[in-house]
Amino acid sequence: MLAYAIKRILLAIVILIVVMLGMFTMVFVIPGDPASVALGPRATPELKALLIARMGLDQPLGAQIVHFFSSVLHGDLGIDVWSQRPVLDVILEVFPQTLLLGVVSLSWALVGGVALGCLAVVWRDTIADRVLGVLSVSMISVPSFVIALYSLLIFSVWLGWLPAIGAGEKGDFGSQFRALILPSFAIGITWVGYLARLVRASMLEVMSANHIRTARAFGLPEGRVIMRYALRIAIVPTIAIIAIGFGSILSSAVFVETVFSRPGIGTLITGAVEKRNYPVVMGTVLFMTAFYLLVVTSADLLIAKLDPRVRDVLRG
Amino acid sequence: MSFEGEASLAEALPPKRRTAWRALRRDPMGMTGAVLVGTFVFLALLAPWIAPYDPAKIDVLNKFQSPDWNHLLGTDHLGRDLLSRIIWGARVALGIAITATGVAGAIGLILGLIAGFGPRWLDAILVLLFDSFSSLPMIMFALAIITVLGPGTQTLILVIVIISIPGYARLIRAQTLSLRMADYIQAERAIGASSARIILRHLLPNVVGPLVILLSMDIPVVIMLEAGLSYLGFGVKPPTPSWGNILYDGYTSLRAAPNMVIVAGAPLVLCTIGFTFLGEGLRDALDPKLKLRVRR
Amino acid sequence: MSVPLLAIRDLTVRYQSNDGAVEALRGVSMRAEAGEVVGIVGESGCGKSTLVAALIALLAANAEISAGTVELQGRDILRRTAAEKRALRGAEIAMVFQDSMTAFSPVLTLGTQLVDFQHNLPNLTRQDKLARAKTMLAKVGIADPALCLGRFPHQLSGGMRQRAAVAAALLMSPQVLVADEPTTALDVTMEAQILHLLRSLRAEINGTILIVTHHLGVIGELCDRVYVMYAGEVVEEATVDDLYHAPRHPYTRALIDCDPAHLATRTAVLPTIPGRPPSLVSPPKGCAFAPRCTLADAQCHSIRPPRVHISPSQAALCHKVAL
Repeated sequence: MLAYAIKRILLAIVILIVVMLGMFTMVFVIPGDPASVALGPRATPELKALLIARMGLDQPLGAQIVHFFSSVLHGDLGIDVWSQRPVLDVILEVFPQTLLLGVVSLSWALVGGVALGCLAVVWRDTIADRVLGVLSVSMISVPSFVIALYSLLIFSVWLGWLPAIGAGEKGDFGSQFRALILPSFAIGITWVGYLARLVRASMLEVMSANHIRTARAFGLPEGRVIMRYALRIAIVPTIAIIAIGFGSILSSAVFVETVFSRPGIGTLITGAVEKRNYPVVMGTVLFMTAFYLLVVTSADLLIAKLDPRVRDVLRG
Repeated sequence: MSFEGEASLAEALPPKRRTAWRALRRDPMGMTGAVLVGTFVFLALLAPWIAPYDPAKIDVLNKFQSPDWNHLLGTDHLGRDLLSRIIWGARVALGIAITATGVAGAIGLILGLIAGFGPRWLDAILVLLFDSFSSLPMIMFALAIITVLGPGTQTLILVIVIISIPGYARLIRAQTLSLRMADYIQAERAIGASSARIILRHLLPNVVGPLVILLSMDIPVVIMLEAGLSYLGFGVKPPTPSWGNILYDGYTSLRAAPNMVIVAGAPLVLCTIGFTFLGEGLRDALDPKLKLRVRR
Repeated sequence: MSVPLLAIRDLTVRYQSNDGAVEALRGVSMRAEAGEVVGIVGESGCGKSTLVAALIALLAANAEISAGTVELQGRDILRRTAAEKRALRGAEIAMVFQDSMTAFSPVLTLGTQLVDFQHNLPNLTRQDKLARAKTMLAKVGIADPALCLGRFPHQLSGGMRQRAAVAAALLMSPQVLVADEPTTALDVTMEAQILHLLRSLRAEINGTILIVTHHLGVIGELCDRVYVMYAGEVVEEATVDDLYHAPRHPYTRALIDCDPAHLATRTAVLPTIPGRPPSLVSPPKGCAFAPRCTLADAQCHSIRPPRVHISPSQAALCHKVAL
């Protein structure tokens, strides 16, 4: 287990380095000098000179790369051109909101998905099961921001039940909660169907497996058969998908946040792109990549703990 | 558990030779998908001839019209006919999606072949690159490139291509690798068959199925991405109509004319559902491991 | 005659399938006494798997017991409550599964599973159960039982896994041990080892052992008496000696003749029985083997054959039992 864990973590670090290098080279791919690009059209000559000195853009390539890596490792992701604040601070200010949205959406989707999945197993091959199947597939395909727009239309504009904008008042838990409902619904609903299908398929496959039959043949109580023998195996693919899906959820969050004008990574990065605020964009991408890698690696380690067969497989 | 009747059941069933098309025809979901896709392709191809108005024609006096006989779906905030804009939007969406996935698929095919057939160190590097790409939240990466290159349709296509390549490359690579290990390939090599022959005769036929399925599952994702980025203003530039653009216009005019959002969202939803259903249907039809369905 | 340990009387089982009702077992009767090793031999599709499932009262949900009983010491096990059935499994009737790789759960250690299988012994602690498991593993010939207990099934060799499967079945000292194709998934060396193991365990086991297989050689090595099954029926029952040297049913004769081990002269083409077993969706009116039988006549095709008792220990289901 330990060997696998180390291998996995190292891999994640290597990938992060590759991504960082990729981000870094993008500065050199684009036309024009890096400073103008980094600072955008508002750059004054003084600002440019400052940036060049600061980022060491006048130094040889090797030194720049070293400088870049060392600053990132120190948490210095550059300076936000517009607000003159460290990019990392700007990110950390809004990240919790997005994280909250993501977690709530995912919880939603998990609860609904697992419940519906198990129900589908109980009802399998009935009409209800097939309808559920069709609905699930449909929901995967619909873009979450379209759902966000529709639900905004229905629940805020027409019915006026829920707020259309913002994340609620600071300190007022109730209003924050209400502000979360629509956005998390929009994101979560696309995943409920997918998870339900996944749980259903996993459970069905496992339940007909030979070792379940063995457990039953030795007279084990059905409860233990399901919990210890079936679920432990069925849950593995679910965890894997959720981890990867987290990236998708974050992507959806970008759009949904703009629809609802919620503060968060989404509004931050879209605003930055509009203003060509390169440090913020780059910093956010790096940050989110690191976070995503963290999630995926943790999920992988959890899976390895649950299913020991994974540990012996070398990455192909 | 193999239950007793299976041996005799196998005799009682009709012969297994069943073309994919026939299998698809019996699948209501797949057929619905095919119909939807066909409709949108039709609209996209014939847009210049069937759209009642010029989608860019501004007629401010008639803004925010509700649907009537002149404008079947109403008009937007600049008086432009929504129906025409949506039909042209289909052309834009499908054009971009098919172009981008086509290019990505081709490049992915080549890279996958290289990774599969080439030296192991090259394979290792390519796999690392693919994994790195998949580790980036897709949208973040897209936005980063857009920041650097500036928004626009060409950037959009480039972004989509780059994002999609790893998926195809991985698939081809996996097929190639498993094929290399296959006994019958080893046999062919033993009698001196060249790599080219192996690729043409064995790999490509095997790979077409999964590739087509991946393509059809990928297109809705691409359409969504394009719509999303256009919605944010980073994709297709107005006045060229894109479903995303129209949605954004609808969003800003939400209180004045809510029907815009409904009207713009519907084709997007239907189109993506159509492709997804078709993809699922194709996958069920082409899957060689169709299990014996017994009522339990 | 005293009540036999295990008695299957006239068992008829039907499955509901997409193409209609399939009669997997048609009036099967067998018996087994304590201390005996009884073999059940037949080709794929003869009903062996259904029989095995019935023995541990684990028939599929779409199976219907049309008639007959499976009696353990006189009491029918098929018509008991679910809880009673569960109490029987593993404790009174235990199975050694065919495919030991998939029979054990891949995500739990062997020790955990063996402890789980002793759930019917509530008064023992986990340590006690582990100790019992360890003893049993040693008894089946595993060299380092303690190490094995901590391993996962995929980390053990095929032979060790199969031995572990035997050990698992013996843990609760069952009255009936059913070995379902015990050597089919093994190579020849391992097959020999498992056969040797089962033979040596005969003395230990107080109950009866049922060996279900399609392999005549295994029957010859291990069994006292044999039942030959075909198309859901018992077509012949005999002692092993009589079966090999004086088979009476045409199917049994054909089977023995086709056994490569029994070929008298060298040949380029291995003998087979022409034709295929009948579909059980619509069971044949006459003898099920008639279409493939060299002795068949009009009577055979239209009237179900009687059970002819050739001797107290041998019987055949045939119109044309050669006397």
